[in-house]
Amino acid sequence: MLFVLFVVKKVRIVKPQSVLIELQPLFEKNAPKALANTQLRRNMGKATQTIRGKRAAVVDEMPDWEALREAGRAIKARTLRHLDSYLLQLEDSVTRAGGSVHWARDAAEANAIITRLVQQQAREVIKIKSLTTDEIKLNAALADAGITAIETDLAELIIQLAGEHSSHILVPAIHKNRAEIRELFMRTLGVAELSDEPTALAAVARTYLREKFLTTRVAISGANFAVAETGTVCVVESEGNGRMCLTLPDLLISVMGIEKVIPSFQDFEVMLQLLPRSSTGERMNPYTSLWRGVTPGDGPQEFHLVLLDNGRSDVLADTVGRQTLNCIRCSACLNICPIYERTGGHAYGSVYPGPIGAILTPQLVGVEHARSLPFASTLCGACYDVCPVKINIPEVLVHLRGEVVRQQQDTGGLRAALEPENLAMTALAKLFESRLAYEAAQQAGKLGQLPLKHDGHISWLPGLLGGWTAMRDLEAMPDETFREWWAKRKAEG
Amino acid sequence: MSAKDTILRRIHTALRDVPPAERPEDVRVARDYRLTDDAPRAEIVQQFAERVAEYKAAVRVVREADLVATIAAALRARGISRLVVPAGLPEAWLPPDITPLRDTPPLSHTQLDTSEGVITSCALGIAQTGTIVLDHGLGQGRRALSLLPDYHLCIVRAAQVIGLVPEAIGMLDEAAHAGRPLTFISGPSATSDIELNRVEGVHGPRTLEVIVIV
Repeated sequence: MLFVLFVVKKVRIVKPQSVLIELQPLFEKNAPKALANTQLRRNMGKATQTIRGKRAAVVDEMPDWEALREAGRAIKARTLRHLDSYLLQLEDSVTRAGGSVHWARDAAEANAIITRLVQQQAREVIKIKSLTTDEIKLNAALADAGITAIETDLAELIIQLAGEHSSHILVPAIHKNRAEIRELFMRTLGVAELSDEPTALAAVARTYLREKFLTTRVAISGANFAVAETGTVCVVESEGNGRMCLTLPDLLISVMGIEKVIPSFQDFEVMLQLLPRSSTGERMNPYTSLWRGVTPGDGPQEFHLVLLDNGRSDVLADTVGRQTLNCIRCSACLNICPIYERTGGHAYGSVYPGPIGAILTPQLVGVEHARSLPFASTLCGACYDVCPVKINIPEVLVHLRGEVVRQQQDTGGLRAALEPENLAMTALAKLFESRLAYEAAQQAGKLGQLPLKHDGHISWLPGLLGGWTAMRDLEAMPDETFREWWAKRKAEG
Repeated sequence: MSAKDTILRRIHTALRDVPPAERPEDVRVARDYRLTDDAPRAEIVQQFAERVAEYKAAVRVVREADLVATIAAALRARGISRLVVPAGLPEAWLPPDITPLRDTPPLSHTQLDTSEGVITSCALGIAQTGTIVLDHGLGQGRRALSLLPDYHLCIVRAAQVIGLVPEAIGMLDEAAHAGRPLTFISGPSATSDIELNRVEGVHGPRTLEVIVIV
């Protein structure tokens, strides 16, 4: 056991700045900066490699993994196609068990509901890591009302103390190594002497937060799942900070996206197998808590469940994009993604980074506000292979790229119309409309390529087209086109 | 229009492609994953013990006759003399030199926090994942009892150990419908937040010990 000298000092909680979903995530502007940070790339490479290996080991030992994935997908499809009736059933189940259910159209409404509930009882709340509360910028809203939110998940605490943003949906401080965390704790928590051993760093968090757990009367959580049939809400975690927040305070407020509902308690037999193995690469995470409403004599005696739309019903309306709402926030797609591994999460400019973020963010905020994200992918498909609920991320990416182009054409005016790519595509469309024009273009191409063609390849193209040949050769057009060969073949009988 | 009505209307509009006559059960969920583990009982119990141990929890497999002596030895090794004891735990399990801290009237959070440890039974154990499930019934206590003490000693009968997660969920269905809270515990509290390396011992009990009665 490592002992640390621990001096409790007044902790400076950095006020979170505009916590995520920035209005215009410009991936292509952010990514080069991230790529130039060698420490970041080293941290990210090491971390994602570790977690990929762990996931692969515990997935490979499951002979029925594909059957579980398919069941997971089907459960979510059933839920989403009947979402309204399941939400009403959930509301009824929770209400009958002594809880209160609130509906929030958007972030502002959810924040107002939560702020009002907290204000009646406390100036300080403890929080379980929750992406949904990051999405609605709850901490900033509470701060505006004079309420301090204390993050109790170790990684969330690290980024809160550092005044930074999350870069991974499961391990928000994945971009920081142990030496950086040690330095941060010594500076912000007033720890006089500390090793960079993870055990020692975790012990600091335990000591600092234990007093908060014992004295804070209000807790706020997200929810991994909520069962319509029984009203059971589920939080999956590792450290025990979740259990503390769900058990010790008098008032518990849980916020969940409307897509987190699942039909029956039996569905846990699928979800509780898929999530831990995909997420932390464990057979089971250390702690999973399930509760319904209020249990007399055990845990918070006041419980509120906030159901959040905030753009989700728009995602639901798109029959291709709808599957995005299958997501159980495991982060396997981040860890496997060659782009995410190199840029880290901040480049995406959203609370939801990586492949899932590249499809979820544009749909939640509108593609016009996140145009670059559907292009932050090589479409290699690794994310689809690892997704425990079989979201076809490449399919949705391509669909959204189409949306971006259409939206630019519709609203971009003259400037968009004169974009070289748009002009080229418009011209191409015209060519494809007419057989004569197409065949004439083929002849022109064959002649035009003559000065550029060497050994059947073109290695240099002029002007804007040079972007293509800067990195790779282009196959030259053949001497005889397919059409010419076909016509000749017919003539020869 | 209330927020609830607005959201329900939005969802209704978004689901225009769903035929009005479709019922939820029409969307088929094929449950053709493994539902039971047909391995011999002894193997299942052994797998449970191995997998709990992989989470760095100490596991002892003992005969009923040796239970009290094993509990006494475990507590002595940690220097524990005062132990939180939930209502309904068999009195015969308690070593004579242990002073029980009873939860009637309810112990305060501070009393639990400063206690030396807690002993509980459980609802069931899952071999596939090395998980203990508490339904907070007799012998298990309310949730805070197995959370605040830094040491948790959990007694599992071999007959309570089942093979797979679906078997566990099936057995917990009644408790869930009765609205009982459930806690799944797989090893001591842990974090993977620093460089994704698992570190045991954060906020929950830093030490978990399991005794399996065969």
